[in-house]
Amino acid sequence: MASRLATSLAGIPLRNPVLAASGTFGYGREYAGLVPPACLGAVITKGTSLEPWPGNPPPRTVETVAGMLNAIGLENPGLAHLVEEDLPWLQSQGATVIVNVVGRCVDEYVEMAAALDRRREVAGLELNISCPNVDKGGMAFGSHPETAYALVRAVRRRTRLPLLVKLSPNVTDIVRVAERVRDAGADGLSAINTLVGMAIDLDSRRPVLGNVTGGLSGPAIKPVALAAVWRLAAVGLPVLGMGGIWDWRDAAEFLMAGAAAVAVGTATFARPRAMLEIVAGLEEYLECRGLKNVSELVGEANPTFRASG
Amino acid sequence: MELVGASVLTHEALGAGYHRLVLAAPEVALQCRPGQFVHVRVSEDRYPLLRRPFSVARRGDGTITLLYRVVGKGTALLAGLRPGGCLDLLGPLGSGFELLPGRRAVLVAGGAGIAPLLFLAQLAWETGHPVRAVVGAAQAAELVGTADLGELGVPAAYATDDGSLGHHGPVTDLLEGSLAGEALYACGPPAMLRKVQTLAREQAVPGQLSLEASMACGVGACRGCACRAHGGYRMVCTDGPVFDLEEVVLDG
Ligand SMILES: Cc1cc2nc3c(=O)[nH]c(=O)nc-3n(C[C@H](O)[C@H](O)[C@H](O)COP(=O)(O)OP(=O)(O)OC[C@H]3O[C@@H](n4cnc5c(N)ncnc54)[C@H](O)[C@@H]3O)c2cc1C
Ligand SMILES: Cc1cc2nc3c(=O)[nH]c(=O)nc-3n(C[C@H](O)[C@H](O)[C@H](O)COP(=O)(O)O)c2cc1C
Repeated sequence: MASRLATSLAGIPLRNPVLAASGTFGYGREYAGLVPPACLGAVITKGTSLEPWPGNPPPRTVETVAGMLNAIGLENPGLAHLVEEDLPWLQSQGATVIVNVVGRCVDEYVEMAAALDRRREVAGLELNISCPNVDKGGMAFGSHPETAYALVRAVRRRTRLPLLVKLSPNVTDIVRVAERVRDAGADGLSAINTLVGMAIDLDSRRPVLGNVTGGLSGPAIKPVALAAVWRLAAVGLPVLGMGGIWDWRDAAEFLMAGAAAVAVGTATFARPRAMLEIVAGLEEYLECRGLKNVSELVGEANPTFRASG
Repeated sequence: MELVGASVLTHEALGAGYHRLVLAAPEVALQCRPGQFVHVRVSEDRYPLLRRPFSVARRGDGTITLLYRVVGKGTALLAGLRPGGCLDLLGPLGSGFELLPGRRAVLVAGGAGIAPLLFLAQLAWETGHPVRAVVGAAQAAELVGTADLGELGVPAAYATDDGSLGHHGPVTDLLEGSLAGEALYACGPPAMLRKVQTLAREQAVPGQLSLEASMACGVGACRGCACRAHGGYRMVCTDGPVFDLEEVVLDG
């Protein structure tokens, strides 16, 4: 039964270990007719800021081999819209909600966290310090261990909510950033965000994306993401693994590498019901192996995995 | 919005890379309005990854017709689909055209842009709304959908870039003269759409246009298919693809 898949991530109880990755599932409503949000482990919202952000000039996406580049630039309707429209709807659907938080400066992250701290509809926060497509905020905070430390520490002081921190693969040593994020009081790590990439149009002889560079996601990045999760599994915080997950086999690999749960992003664009299929596939796999709970898979392949909490 | 496996009834090559694909998709046929599109998977596995958007070009009894042109790997794969085969299809998606009452509809089509306008012509025919069309393409062989217009009794004028059929020059040349009492419905390349905007503004006639943008989710979740509009960005997939002529700012 479903209990075989029931688990938890950084103190957040989850129906199952399959979450919607930030920015690929909107605020849940966009896919409501196809994916009941309550059937997911959790919905991670689009990166949301205090005020609405307009996003980057078009074109914002381009397909690549087994993947895509995006430079959305964190277009979002802002905190007030989240609180007034999206959270009530998600709650009415019985969804577990993790809010992906972004800001231009430390104060904006802190203010967001403080505003959401008292809200019962929010199960946890995911701090986005890894978006490659904005000048201020995003990756600027995740590139240096000490900047990341200072931000997470400031946010930690203002929220009791479970705090995940989403890490960038575009750094020299992701483990070093993760350790400082841990020291600052984070409850869990999300990895990975997109890899910086670009494409050039031979006809116009210009970069395809309005932002010049974008973030690579989809099946093409899976091996990179898996290796990142493998290394992060030794840090001692629960890891939400993501990057290129397409089917339940990919999800099982991330769990075996040491992820406590997984998030699915780009696959949803091609197969809107991919997450539901992954849930069903994992369930069947556990049953075939005679395992009682998905947690038995976590870290199974990884001798350096350090169980946490 | 439905996610269905639509079976291929007929699939016909029209020449010049154009194809006409008739699909059994009763739920989609029931719901769709002219201007809306379906988002189609062109492969079974991870490459090509993303769905491809196509306008509904005609609606039949439990069927929809797509009219598309092969331009790359996804449409090339689509062209290999045989009758009896199955197409994974999400839709109908997006906004539709709205026939403005009391004004004759002028359909302005460039290339594959004819597709959504044929469905609009069908609606005009079904509701007795007065309509005419101006249709342009690079050359005569690329003028498609002309038989549909004939069947629907839509008076049409043609233009080709090389002069091989009809007016020799851009299709918008065929809009010179008074447009009083008319409304413009346009789909085609950006340069054509810009010209249509200018003509409509000069003559103070209303209208709508259908835009294209590279698209990922198709349902408004990813915010990827932004276009410029007065007052900020709009999403082609959910705010559009049909916009008021005056609403969007076309690049170039
Ligand atoms: C709402 C909407 C409705 C559409 N309706 C139709 C239709 O009825 N008939 C039709 O023939 N085409 C239509 N298109 C365009 C069609 O989606 C593209 O031609 C198709 O996605 C190209 O896929 P591909 O894999 O063959 O090309 P790719 O290999 O991906 O690209 C080849 C070339 O096509 C261009 N291209 C790729 N995607 C698009 C796109 N979405 N829009 C414009 N150019 C693109 C690329 O820039 C490139 O130059 C529509 C597009 C949109 C957004
Ligand atoms: C269109 C798009 C928008 C995204 N927006 C966000 C975002 O707002 N915040 C964030 O932390 N990550 C964002 N991401 C990154 C994803 O959450 C995820 O980390 C990444 O895409 C890798 O997973 P995938 O390969 O399964 O898509 C976005 C990704 C895509 C493709």
